[in-house]
Amino acid sequence: MDLYREGTRSISGVTGPLLFVSNGRKAALGELVTIETSKGKRTGQVLQIDGDLCAIQVFEGTLGLNPGDCTVWFEKDVVKVRLGQVLMGQTLDGRGIPRGGKALPCFEKEVPITGSPLNPAMRAGPSDFVETGIASIDLLNTIVRGQKLPVFSGSGLPANEIAAQVVRQAHVPGNPEQFLVVFAAIGITEREARFFRDSFEESGALFNGVFVVNLAGDSAVERLLAPRTALTIAEYFAFDRGYDVLVVMTDMLHYCEALREVSAAREEAPGRRGFPGYLYSDLASLYERAGCVKGLKGSITQIPIVSMPGDDMTHPVVDLSGYITEGQIVLDRGLQARGVYPPINVLSSLSRLMNKGIGEGRTFAGHRQVADQLFASYARSREVSRLRLIVGDEGLTETELHYLRFGSAFERLFLDQGDSALSIGESLAAAVRALSTLPDEELFRIPADLMEEIRRVRLDR
Amino acid sequence: MSNLGKIKCLAGTVIRADSASPVSNFEVARVGSERLLGEVIRIDGKEVDIQVYEEIDGVHVGEPVEFTGEPLGVDLGPGLLGSVLDGIGRPLGGFSSEEAGAFFLKRGFFSRSLDPGTRWAFFPLKSPGDNLSPGDALGFVKEGEDFKHLVMAPLGSEMSRVREIASPGTLVTVDDAVGVLENSLAITPCQRWHVRTPRPCVERLPFSEPLITGQRVLDTLFPVALGGAAVIPGGFGTGKTVTQQSLAKWCNAGVVVYIGCGERGNEMTEVLEEFPHLKDPHTGRTLMERMVLIANTSNMPVAAREASIYLGMSIAEYFRDMGLDVALMADSTSRWAEALREISGRLGEMPGEEGYPAYLGSRLAQYYERAGRVRVLGEPQRKGSITIFNAVSPAGGDFSEPVTQASLRLSGTFWALDKRLAEGRHFPSVNWKQSYSLYEKALEPFFLENLGEQWKDCASFLKSLLERETELLSLVQIVGRDALSEQDKWDLEMGEIVRVAFLQQNAYDPHDAFNTLEQQMRLSEILKDLQCLVSEEIERGVLHQQVQGLGLLRQVLALRGAPAEDFEKRSHQWLEEVARSLTTSEGR
Ligand SMILES: Nc1ncnc2c1ncn2[C@@H]1O[C@H](COP(=O)(O)OP(=O)(O)OP(=O)(O)O)[C@@H](O)[C@H]1O
Ligand SMILES: [Mg+2]
Repeated sequence: MDLYREGTRSISGVTGPLLFVSNGRKAALGELVTIETSKGKRTGQVLQIDGDLCAIQVFEGTLGLNPGDCTVWFEKDVVKVRLGQVLMGQTLDGRGIPRGGKALPCFEKEVPITGSPLNPAMRAGPSDFVETGIASIDLLNTIVRGQKLPVFSGSGLPANEIAAQVVRQAHVPGNPEQFLVVFAAIGITEREARFFRDSFEESGALFNGVFVVNLAGDSAVERLLAPRTALTIAEYFAFDRGYDVLVVMTDMLHYCEALREVSAAREEAPGRRGFPGYLYSDLASLYERAGCVKGLKGSITQIPIVSMPGDDMTHPVVDLSGYITEGQIVLDRGLQARGVYPPINVLSSLSRLMNKGIGEGRTFAGHRQVADQLFASYARSREVSRLRLIVGDEGLTETELHYLRFGSAFERLFLDQGDSALSIGESLAAAVRALSTLPDEELFRIPADLMEEIRRVRLDR
Repeated sequence: MSNLGKIKCLAGTVIRADSASPVSNFEVARVGSERLLGEVIRIDGKEVDIQVYEEIDGVHVGEPVEFTGEPLGVDLGPGLLGSVLDGIGRPLGGFSSEEAGAFFLKRGFFSRSLDPGTRWAFFPLKSPGDNLSPGDALGFVKEGEDFKHLVMAPLGSEMSRVREIASPGTLVTVDDAVGVLENSLAITPCQRWHVRTPRPCVERLPFSEPLITGQRVLDTLFPVALGGAAVIPGGFGTGKTVTQQSLAKWCNAGVVVYIGCGERGNEMTEVLEEFPHLKDPHTGRTLMERMVLIANTSNMPVAAREASIYLGMSIAEYFRDMGLDVALMADSTSRWAEALREISGRLGEMPGEEGYPAYLGSRLAQYYERAGRVRVLGEPQRKGSITIFNAVSPAGGDFSEPVTQASLRLSGTFWALDKRLAEGRHFPSVNWKQSYSLYEKALEPFFLENLGEQWKDCASFLKSLLERETELLSLVQIVGRDALSEQDKWDLEMGEIVRVAFLQQNAYDPHDAFNTLEQQMRLSEILKDLQCLVSEEIERGVLHQQVQGLGLLRQVLALRGAPAEDFEKRSHQWLEEVARSLTTSEGR
């Protein structure tokens, strides 16, 4: 780095997380700055330059910052994170510095956290089945290595538990290597962070994982850095070191709220619910950092958790996440109330890359048809139970009553698996048991050999 | 002679610069010491606003800006087919420079859309002394097995006579002259075009035939005309991309231009991995050989996303000018409009509805107006067309938002994708109550001529049955299914058969992904015959329960999968069997 640094004391104002410097002529967009005060140092980044006036977002926040007591140093560098094998097992803050400690002394390289877009012509299509051990995911919303699949969750629903369960159980069958977990805590509470830490400790993910932690009490601006730091680390392990990396980011809603805060301070025109108009592109710059690359061994699979305020799927953060990611796992309050765990609403959930990872040689022959049959039948059973509220049992036909029975069998025998891990074969067996409650003519999507199986189960009952 | 300025302000993707001498709107600028590409979008006295096509982190105030005097352009010529370009026409496939083929896109690389190294075999169509006007084909180069890529006199050039012309089979690069005119103009296989300018034509022609998509619900119920425009709005996960990819695979266009405008990287990869291995059912060439892919994914710079649709349109027009039918699909218009909004916001313009600039509608109109069926300039006389298929991603799935509404006003076919249907895995999730086609009238003569009178009966049978099902379903909501008459119960079952066997079409099932018009009609005819047959039996006293016991849906699905040759015979046998089993069960 340059020995010569530019400093200035002409601070013209402070608004929200922003600091304005009035002779920032020499600054570059995105440049890292150090703010020296008599009480210590803070860091920030140049957001905007208008002639002499330069807007800086301060990572630690501006609380207690006195414009008369600041010297701003331009560092002639952008925000970077230090990378190396030593990161394994570390807990870092949002900027990639070991929490409560000093920047890593020995590292392999230093890389800007904004990353560069992956060349779409150089990606390799994700296609390896990941067994999560959760039947409603593996059989109906199959994840593949390199996919980005968020969990949408209303408040009080067990998104964290499910994410932890996936981290504990996920593996690519036939591939002995485990995922390396990069976990980004974004504005979550101490309690939630502790839950993840304990669960990862139990499963061993703690020792071969990296934790980037920005808690609710930490600065909101640093929240904007945390996922980028985590993803830069993930890219290093995946594409430099060849690991299969599983990135869990929680909670993307807090990230977007921090973005809104900075946008408001910049007096940008607000979009839906006050979020800036570029929310889509900004989120995409995170979510798109998942995938596989031609000719390289590693991969990045992302499971972001997105809270749904008021269970509203049309909330801009949820909606835009859905538009960017490759499907979604949606949690359902009704299932939770009926005591089903994990309460995954399979109808509104979707894995768009599912077809790449299933079928003969991957999961089992006929996987698609079984899944289609389960979707269609369960959708019908939900309809019938709505209808029943109006016309009562007497108004239902024989067939409709079959569907009611199927609906509850599906929830009880298939969805409600609890904490356990099911192999894909066990998940299929559970599905067959549920399907056997329907008469043959309703199961028109099922291939012949599985039909035999279903009839056998029906007889055994 | 280029003209220099200095950067004054930097924010996001827009910069402001001073310029010493006048510049023109939409001229290309090279920004900063890295000479990043940008485009002038507003001029205010000496101050010029520039949208930059790349990330501008690290750029300083005071760095130079060079104005090139040229608007944004693209090189059109052989080699475009099968290539992958970013939103401003730089190839991503990596033939031209190491940077273009890197895993991570580095900013500031410069690369032409065409490979200057490839040699093409040229064949003349003119001789020395022949007249040559703009658009006239001087000859062609052979691309792939049998694609004749016309080398045309540039639009806007002067009429002249051919002085020299290369002999048949001469190998040329895109920059080699294949002919020289008497006015000394050298004609090369490559011509440059400014992407925001529509390529002119002789005249627009009326709609007269459909673009065949191979999708039953689209072709039979909501057809789109060759040269028309279809809009595909839908919330996330409703199937916009899968539908567009199915069209890109199976529609009967000669060339497909696919614009990934602010969507996922993996979807581009999917096209690149699949299309080279799929055969075009119409020509037998691989699908990649009739395709130009423009990939400006959501994480790539926003300003280039704005430009990408004009790039795609210019390429489409270029192939149209060769006399081809081009299908142009953009996924998604909403991401383009958001780019427009973001840039407008950075300029501090007065926002219109939902923050979009007031000129959203007129910009979109300029784009849609470039579609159509036309007689193109030049000899030999040719007709060509561009048909637009644009996805729209409305916020919250609400179609009343400005981008959907503006798109609807500008297009003729509306394929409304429905969240409820998608959740029940009914794909394509085209809502048959909401969707419409304004081309039906114009296309009627074509259908009658090619499919006969029955075509009309089949289409109206499907429509009225679905209508009837809707009515009955709302009745069921009140009285329950048990209270319906036997005929109504059967109509409901028939509604389900139509929905599952006809409307639904699985894009991932190679036997089902594509149907010719004839297959579509034959299937609907069988369904119609089935409806008549069973209704008659019910009138004679057969109970619906007996019909239900037959599992007709499974049988229809099995029949649908039968090879096209046997279909006719097997379907008649099958109908007879159904009739037999109903009459025997009657006499139980
Ligand atoms: N014709 C079809 N056949 C089978 N499955 C389909 C079909 N159309 C859509 N699907 C299913 O729906 C999923 C979502 O489709 P798609 O990715 O096209 O949605 P989209 O509307 O483009 O969403 P977004 O706006 O988020 O891009 C697919 O992954 C696939 O599982
Ligand atoms: Mg899509």
